[in-house]
Amino acid sequence: MLDIVTQHLLPNIGKILLIVSVLMVAVAYLTLAERKVIGYIQMRIGPNRVGPRGLLQPIADGLKLLLKEIIVPTRSNLYLFVLAPVLAIGPALAAWAVIPFDAGMVLADINAGLLYVLAITSMGVYGIVIAGWASNSRYAFLGAMRSAAQVVSYEIAMGFALVGVLIAAGSLNLSEIVLAQQGGIFYWYWLPLLPLFVVYFVSGVAETNRAPFDIAEGESEIVAGFHVEYSGMAFAIFFLAEYADMILISILAATLFMGGWLSPFEGVPVLEPMFAWVPGLVWLLLKTSFFLFVYLWIRATFPRYRYDQVMRLGWKVFIPVTLVWLVVISTMQVFDIGPWFNDVVEVSTS
Amino acid sequence: MEKILFYCFAGILLFAATMVITVRNPVRAALFLVLAFFTSAAIWLMLEAEFLAISLVLVYVGAVLVLFLFVVMMLDIDTSTLKEGFTRYLPLGLFVAVLIVLELIAVLGAANFGLDQFPAPESSTESNTKMLGRLLYTVYVYPFEIASVILTVAIVAAIMLTLRPNKRKTQDPAEQVKVRSTDRVRLVKMASEKRQDGKDKS
Repeated sequence: MLDIVTQHLLPNIGKILLIVSVLMVAVAYLTLAERKVIGYIQMRIGPNRVGPRGLLQPIADGLKLLLKEIIVPTRSNLYLFVLAPVLAIGPALAAWAVIPFDAGMVLADINAGLLYVLAITSMGVYGIVIAGWASNSRYAFLGAMRSAAQVVSYEIAMGFALVGVLIAAGSLNLSEIVLAQQGGIFYWYWLPLLPLFVVYFVSGVAETNRAPFDIAEGESEIVAGFHVEYSGMAFAIFFLAEYADMILISILAATLFMGGWLSPFEGVPVLEPMFAWVPGLVWLLLKTSFFLFVYLWIRATFPRYRYDQVMRLGWKVFIPVTLVWLVVISTMQVFDIGPWFNDVVEVSTS
Repeated sequence: MEKILFYCFAGILLFAATMVITVRNPVRAALFLVLAFFTSAAIWLMLEAEFLAISLVLVYVGAVLVLFLFVVMMLDIDTSTLKEGFTRYLPLGLFVAVLIVLELIAVLGAANFGLDQFPAPESSTESNTKMLGRLLYTVYVYPFEIASVILTVAIVAAIMLTLRPNKRKTQDPAEQVKVRSTDRVRLVKMASEKRQDGKDKS
């Protein structure tokens, strides 16, 4: 019994704490990055008063939210009202268990990693739906309904996009998917799976309820949507979950379509040895930051979708596109069409 | 260790399943159903059926029950009408329940599903998903395909039943895109006029 504790439990708890604490700091600074990036896009400076160049702003914001009172609306369902933020943040953190940060640097190297991520992220919607219902508020309820319909719709397109990755890599294990993309920037799956890549990222934006798909919040129509009745730390937890999900979608996009921890200079004559000393983690984080920047860029650029437009895009555009590309990718896989699918095919007979 | 985990999950599962049918509020019942599915997925995971466990969470918890909850939250169910005639239907209900339990015991009893009926599973390093996929698309390909065709037919039928062509409100995106601002608003130039009642506005 003691062996189990010292050999498995303690190291794993340490790793979990490390991942979660780094993630929380990343979330805090992502909020600052968001305000800065959107500020500069809109010819403003953004927060620059707290600390040097505004670097302490997220900490000040966090403290402010910690000290604020949590108000429970009358005739709301107290249990579910408190449970909702927990259900929102739980899946957002649990999904990180299978993300490979570098070769062998992964908390749980499970075979069904891709499915696990899809299943866990699909649980996140409960936090939103329950928050909307338990608040006993019309606006919150409308936001919850919109969000539930939207997330369920985009999950299908997202699932199909991931099935494409699965067919291409022949594995559900995230580390093996990264290794299947070896060979340089043109071997990464963004090129052979380009339509799926676009569908995946846009669906990811929709899944996280970010602009231009933030109709669940829609502050100009339904005040703030599902979290309108939440204040203080309860609100902050929804906020944390949303940003943790954003980082998760970005790191998954980097892992599945942009070669994960692999160096972009693989196979390039002079540059490959020049950058060989850079650890894989740095490449992965750079790619992730790029996708996070795209998130913010999209938010600063596009107006919010109308509700029926969101549904049309999901059901009538994305799902047919993914279905067609699944057929294309399967054909490429079966007939060994190069340069991507020459050596990964392994149809074993039993 | 494994036994303790199993009894924990089994206990939670039984508790959640009982709550589903005893709790008054339908939304809470649906949420307990979520818990029940989740814990049964955990039990499947302990049986090393990771593909089935994760697809249970993905399909039932992630999609089906969200829609369920969606509908239940919208409805304002009056539980008193549901409780009407409880004693009248009780004998029949009990009879059906006992019958189902007996049938289940007959089929799933130890004689058919006992541990000695099946060979001990070989511990395999191969991925669960791969083996399932291979079986589904070779040995069980016809039942699998027939089941999917039936499901597709059911979808089409359900859509046809709810589709009312005359009452539909649809948007035509092509028409919407074609609209120019001049189709909606006409700006009129006119000279300013004095107020009719002669008062000076201040």
